[in-house]
Amino acid sequence: MRAPSFISFTAAALALAAITMAATRAAPAAERTDPAADAKAFRDYFVKKFPKAELDDFVNGPYSMNKDMRKQWEEMEQFPPYEFALDAGKEMFAKPFKNGKTYADCFENGGIGIRQNYPYFDEKEGKVITLELALNRCREDNGEAPLSYTKDEMASLTAYMAYTSRGKPMDIKIPDDPRALAAYENGKRYFYTRRGQLNFSCASCHVQSPGEHLRAETLAPALGILNAMPIYRSQWGGMGTISRRFISCNSQTRAVPLEPQSEEYRDLEYFLSYVSNGLPIAGPGSRP
Amino acid sequence: MKRKPITRIVLAASLLIAAAPALAASEADFKAAFTAAEAAEQQAGTLRDRWTTTEAALKAAKQAADKGDFEAAVASAKKAEALAKASIFQATSEKDRWRDAVIH
Repeated sequence: MRAPSFISFTAAALALAAITMAATRAAPAAERTDPAADAKAFRDYFVKKFPKAELDDFVNGPYSMNKDMRKQWEEMEQFPPYEFALDAGKEMFAKPFKNGKTYADCFENGGIGIRQNYPYFDEKEGKVITLELALNRCREDNGEAPLSYTKDEMASLTAYMAYTSRGKPMDIKIPDDPRALAAYENGKRYFYTRRGQLNFSCASCHVQSPGEHLRAETLAPALGILNAMPIYRSQWGGMGTISRRFISCNSQTRAVPLEPQSEEYRDLEYFLSYVSNGLPIAGPGSRP
Repeated sequence: MKRKPITRIVLAASLLIAAAPALAASEADFKAAFTAAEAAEQQAGTLRDRWTTTEAALKAAKQAADKGDFEAAVASAKKAEALAKASIFQATSEKDRWRDAVIH
C-alpha cells in the first residue's frame, strides 16, 4: 500500500498548500505589468536581504554570500575551469562556415561585446530572440546544422561571446509593443509559478531561499543569475548553457522540462535578464 | 471441539475470495487504467505541467504489462493517474496564484 499512501500524501500536501495560500492571498488576481517597477523592487529585495553584498557582486551567485566559497572561487579563477571552453569558442567563432562566412557576419559589431543586449524582443517576428537561438539561426542561414542547445559547442560559443562583454552592464530593452510586454509578463509568470511534484517555482529557491542549502548546493540569488552564463559546473563536470540550466532546474523539482528555446524559456530569460539590467556581464562563470 | 457457524462462514468466504478469478487484474483492467492515466497526463501536458514521476509510473505500468504482471501494471497506472491529476490541480490553482509570490 505504499503507492496509494504516497499519492494521498502528495494530494493532501498540494491541497493544504492551496488552502493556506488562498487564505493568505493578498494581491489582486490581475495586476498591471510595470517592468521598471518590477526591476526596482527586485533589486531592492536582494539588497535588503543581503546588506553586506555589493550590488554588482550578485552576478557571482553563491560567492557573493559565502566567504569560504568565495575564497575557493577566487583561487579557482587563477586557472578557471571554463578556460578550455573559451579557447574552443574563440576558435569556433572565427572558423568560416562552408560558404566562407562566419558568425561575425550575423551579428552587430561582428558579435564582439554584444552579449549584454541579449535576449531582445524582435518586433518583426513578435518574439524573444536569445543569443543561443540567434547563433543557431546564423548557422542555419549559412547552410550549417544547428547545434544542441544543451551541449558543449553552444556553451563554448556563448562563453566566448560573454567574455567579450565582461563588465558591460546588462542592457535589455522592452520596446513599446504590447507583445513585448506580454512576453515579459509570460516570463515573470513562469518564474513565479510552482510546478513539478515538489511544488517549487524558480522563485522558491532563487528569491525565497538564496544563500540556503539544497543538499550540497548553495542557492544563488535570482538577481544577476544569468549574467555569469554560461557556466562550468562541477556538478555537471562541464559547461552548461542557459537552456541546460533551465532544464536542470525543472528536473530537480520533478517537472518534465520544456523543450530548449521553447517560448516559456525564452520569455523567462527575457524577464530574468531585464530585472538584472545594470549589473555587469560576468560570463563565463563557474559554480560548484 | 465443535466449530461455531460464524467461523465456518468466515472460512468459506476466505476460500471463495482467494479462489475468485475476478479479483485478479486482467489485461482489460490494465488497458482501462492506462488509458485513464494517459488522458490525465495529456491534459497535464496541455497545461505545460507534466511531472517526471507521472512519466516514470506510466513507463513502469507499461513494462509490467509487457511482462504479463497486470496487478503491478494496474497499480502503476493508477498511481500515474493520481499524480497526473495532482499536476493538473497544481497547474490550475497556480494560474493566478503565482502573483502572490511576486516581489513588490
